[in-house]
Amino acid sequence: MRISMDLELQDRPGQLKHVLTPISDLGGNIASIVHHHDKKTFRNTVPVSVIFDIEEQTLEELQEGLEKNGVAIVRIGKMRLRARTHILLIGHIIHTNLRETIDEIDGTGFAEVQDLSLSMPAIDGPSSAVITIMATGDEELKKSIGILRQIAERKDLLFIEPLDERGSPGGVSNEE
Amino acid sequence: MRNSQSTLTLSIIGFGAVGQGVATIVQNVPHIKVVAIADSKGVARMPDLNDVLARKRGGQPIANSNLTALDVIRTIDHDVVVEVTPTNIQGGEPGLTHVREALKNKRNVVTSNKGPLVAAFDELTQLAYTNGVALRYEATVGGAMPIVNLIRDTLAGARVLDIRGVLNGTCNYILTRMAEEALDYDQVLSEAQDMGIAEADPTYDVAGIDTACKVIILANAFFGRHATFADVDVTGIDRITQDALQLARQRGFAVKLVGDVQELTVSPKLIPIAHPLNVSGTLNAASILTDTAGEITVAGKGAGSIETASAILSDVLSLMRDRT
Repeated sequence: MRISMDLELQDRPGQLKHVLTPISDLGGNIASIVHHHDKKTFRNTVPVSVIFDIEEQTLEELQEGLEKNGVAIVRIGKMRLRARTHILLIGHIIHTNLRETIDEIDGTGFAEVQDLSLSMPAIDGPSSAVITIMATGDEELKKSIGILRQIAERKDLLFIEPLDERGSPGGVSNEE
Repeated sequence: MRNSQSTLTLSIIGFGAVGQGVATIVQNVPHIKVVAIADSKGVARMPDLNDVLARKRGGQPIANSNLTALDVIRTIDHDVVVEVTPTNIQGGEPGLTHVREALKNKRNVVTSNKGPLVAAFDELTQLAYTNGVALRYEATVGGAMPIVNLIRDTLAGARVLDIRGVLNGTCNYILTRMAEEALDYDQVLSEAQDMGIAEADPTYDVAGIDTACKVIILANAFFGRHATFADVDVTGIDRITQDALQLARQRGFAVKLVGDVQELTVSPKLIPIAHPLNVSGTLNAASILTDTAGEITVAGKGAGSIETASAILSDVLSLMRDRT
């Protein structure tokens, strides 16, 4: 899960390691760090914003670690949904209870259906839908695509996913 | 090889569109002599190519002997058997016997016929090896688009991690027309049948069978997979609706039938409009992912008589080069 934290550090050299060490000790991966030297507080501390990926269950331990190091935590933000993909479904989507399909994705806790466009040319004919799924990370996105694929198989819907991209743009994309 | 150093002798087994294409283009190539042509009705021995092509086009028989295709392969002394009978995915015959007999008789084989390779890839490559001859099949995948020899020769210095491709021109034509002209599947299929792009029974193409055959050949050739048809997970394009294509387009995607060689899958996929695999019309395209050279994408004409014959000729000429 991606976390953003606003912290305050003492304005002394060597303080940053009190932030970085606990994060890396818990397997976290830092995406961005900004030192706001120009925004020193009246408490003579320097605001720091750090964005990193870490397992959600280690978050509490991290907070304790930071506080023990004398780092003040001003704000913790969970940036939940940052991976996105589109899936195309074709078949009797309406008859097979669309709500249930969406609920199954939303119920995972790590992914949700963000957008759905539906085209129904005839009441008895097959309909088509593009479903936009967002998830907390690439792995979670893959899992939710897997769930949707299973639903599609169960309901005899044609399931069309993006070509899995290998480092080039398009397909699965990360979003802040 | 056993024949004279200067001239390469070949037989053409199968005289449909591809066989006629081969006969047409080898006329302009020095040091190649066609010693026999076999169609389903008989064999033309030492044919005058212009004459047999004219006869074939006029619906007249080409045979001038009592030989069969197998007689040619077994008894006429020549260098290369060009096996271009139609692909039969149920067991690969008659092509499989042709190829097998040619290799056993120490003749090189160049083929556009997927059937024998899908049915017995390992057996045939082994047979070629033990008999000290070549089995070349550039024309089986992607028609004129180079892929087999591109990977084997030009990309020899890189390890291939995966190959993904749009490998069936009929499907690609149908999907392109549906998306661009907002036409229904049935409408475009009839149009394609009218134009000779799709067969009267389009199943082989639209159900993804043809693409699966190409996936099998590439998987066996480059990943040593020993794959057969049952190993490939195949979904065709026949359920795709025009609305679905429009919805995809609004999101910046085209839908293409993609064969993934490493995964052994054939299925429609969403491809970003700007992606190099998003080729239109009857074109084929393949992306080759390598360890050191990154991703390399080729595109070209995947079918057609002369186009496929060009791939066969390139295999024949490479045999000629290897000989000197």
